[in-house]
Amino acid sequence: MRYIRDSLSQIFGNKPRRPSKEQQPPELLEIYQGKKGNLSKADVEAVRHEHHTGCCNKWQRRRWITLILVNVLFVVSYYFDVQLLEGALTASRFVGFHMADLNSALQVALAYKHIVLNLVIGTVTVFIMWLLLGGRTFCSWVCPYHLLAEWAEYLHLWLVKKKLIKNHTFNRKVRGVFYVIFALLALISGYTVFETISPTGILSRALIYGPGVALIWVGALLLFEVFYSRRAWCRYVCPIGVTYGVVGVLSPLRVKYNAEACHHEGDCRKICMVPHVLDLTVRGAAFDVNQDVGADCTRCGMCVDVCPTGSLVYEFKGLSKLL
Amino acid sequence: MSDKTTKKPKAKKKLSPKRKEQSRREFLRSTVLTVGVVGVSLLGVLPVVQGTSIRLRPPGAIKTPFDEQEFFASCIKCGQCVQVCPVNAIKLADLEDGFGIGVPFIDARAQACDFSCDGLQCVLACPTGALTHHLDYPADTRMGFARLARPRACLAVQGKGFKGQARGPDYEGLLRYDEVDRWNPIQVADYPYDLELCDLCVRQCPIEIRITQCAEKAKQAEASGDSGKVARVAEQHGNECPPKHAIALEPFELPNGEMRMKPVIKEGCVGCGVCEMICPVESAAIVIDLDKTADTPGG
Repeated sequence: MRYIRDSLSQIFGNKPRRPSKEQQPPELLEIYQGKKGNLSKADVEAVRHEHHTGCCNKWQRRRWITLILVNVLFVVSYYFDVQLLEGALTASRFVGFHMADLNSALQVALAYKHIVLNLVIGTVTVFIMWLLLGGRTFCSWVCPYHLLAEWAEYLHLWLVKKKLIKNHTFNRKVRGVFYVIFALLALISGYTVFETISPTGILSRALIYGPGVALIWVGALLLFEVFYSRRAWCRYVCPIGVTYGVVGVLSPLRVKYNAEACHHEGDCRKICMVPHVLDLTVRGAAFDVNQDVGADCTRCGMCVDVCPTGSLVYEFKGLSKLL
Repeated sequence: MSDKTTKKPKAKKKLSPKRKEQSRREFLRSTVLTVGVVGVSLLGVLPVVQGTSIRLRPPGAIKTPFDEQEFFASCIKCGQCVQVCPVNAIKLADLEDGFGIGVPFIDARAQACDFSCDGLQCVLACPTGALTHHLDYPADTRMGFARLARPRACLAVQGKGFKGQARGPDYEGLLRYDEVDRWNPIQVADYPYDLELCDLCVRQCPIEIRITQCAEKAKQAEASGDSGKVARVAEQHGNECPPKHAIALEPFELPNGEMRMKPVIKEGCVGCGVCEMICPVESAAIVIDLDKTADTPGG
């Protein structure tokens, strides 16, 4: 229950809740206490160094390959007429089965105010799929804009490091505001207003049906992210992320945090696109020894890759008991 | 620990105005971002209001001629209709169409819908009903209406024939020619004509072709002498076979008393655009209107 409440609160822009000492179990307090003074900076640095000289982008590699494969499958299905995955990311047919992007379907339902059976089938199928796979998993493992934004982010971070630019943050609550505005606009105007500027839809269609003027908008967004604000679209605007985030609240696929070995050095928070979900890795901020990362997490696995102590791992709730 | 606690409140007090300023700026930035992004998304209203987004739509598109609001709303912009079309007639609109971005349209002069899929594949592919499923045959559609917009340019009106490739050697458009290949459309450039009087718009009209086919079928059934078969054929096709006439060449008298022929659009016209596509003069003498005009019968 607490997980659901806290996840939703974070998705709509609230700061992560911190526990009081009374809320934390004694084992956890003991762990925190035990680390005090026992971890020199040099020790932490040594473990970190060792971890980083090994491999450490296993999940990133898998994710990029998956993302590219899914999008290539759309393109290939059309160009070679193999009919595996027809349509675009907004709605498609996978070997004949209807699939509909939840946010696009929602916008259409609000604007059109009728829903045909095919759309219901497609929406339910996709809902169940992302319910099992983590919700915002869509963002980091499928959305083509995410990959471009990820590269833009590297450029941004490099420029910040060189002190050439500064990152400007926005209030995270603004994404919830956007969500409501776009829902109301669709409902009142009767047009799917968000679709005009959705880089996910624009990119997906551009890949499949050829480039168009709309790519200028996507380019502008990327420039904004490179030079002004890190990951601005995904962090502060995109309603698709909110929709899938809410689905992810009920998902058994999560990233699990274990406080025992954690050095609290914060490498995970530095690379994370939604660092508020990793607030629990701050020393003293966890509610329990084992705690699941909130549903605004895109399950991208960057923290799993970067964590030098293996304190963050993927988990499928209920499955670990079976295995 | 003790010196930390004494330091903390001091630092907090000192930072307070700066923090306040920071959060004030963040709030301002967030407001500007909201206004900016919503503003950009609302720019999409302009092409809709100006009517520049109105185009020929695929069969079954739910719309009234100059109001496409429901069509824009119901279309999920996935392009599955684009993918199933055997002649690649359907294209997706771009950003300049505002709310119509990603919505399918047909540029009939470049490539019209010739119904060579027979089964209205685009309608079947549509996941949201933006192309309505209340449609069984090509003849049920109403995409627009043909109109002889430039009668003086029309070869038939001039009494001329036509020889050669209808749209020149470089034209890439496709049509299905039953006598060449029943299942696969071929390039119009690969099918040269030699006509004493140009009747391309009538000859290639998918509705007129269908009427001929229906007549042949009925004739065959009749010839077999099996009354059951005649009834079956009639039943099988119901009202659709034969459909109502869409276009015909009809005689008219010039002021000098000379008789000529001209294409006349009938009420069976579905506005598929094949006549506009095949018209060999530049620009086409016959075009598709989205609304009935005075030039068309009954309009």
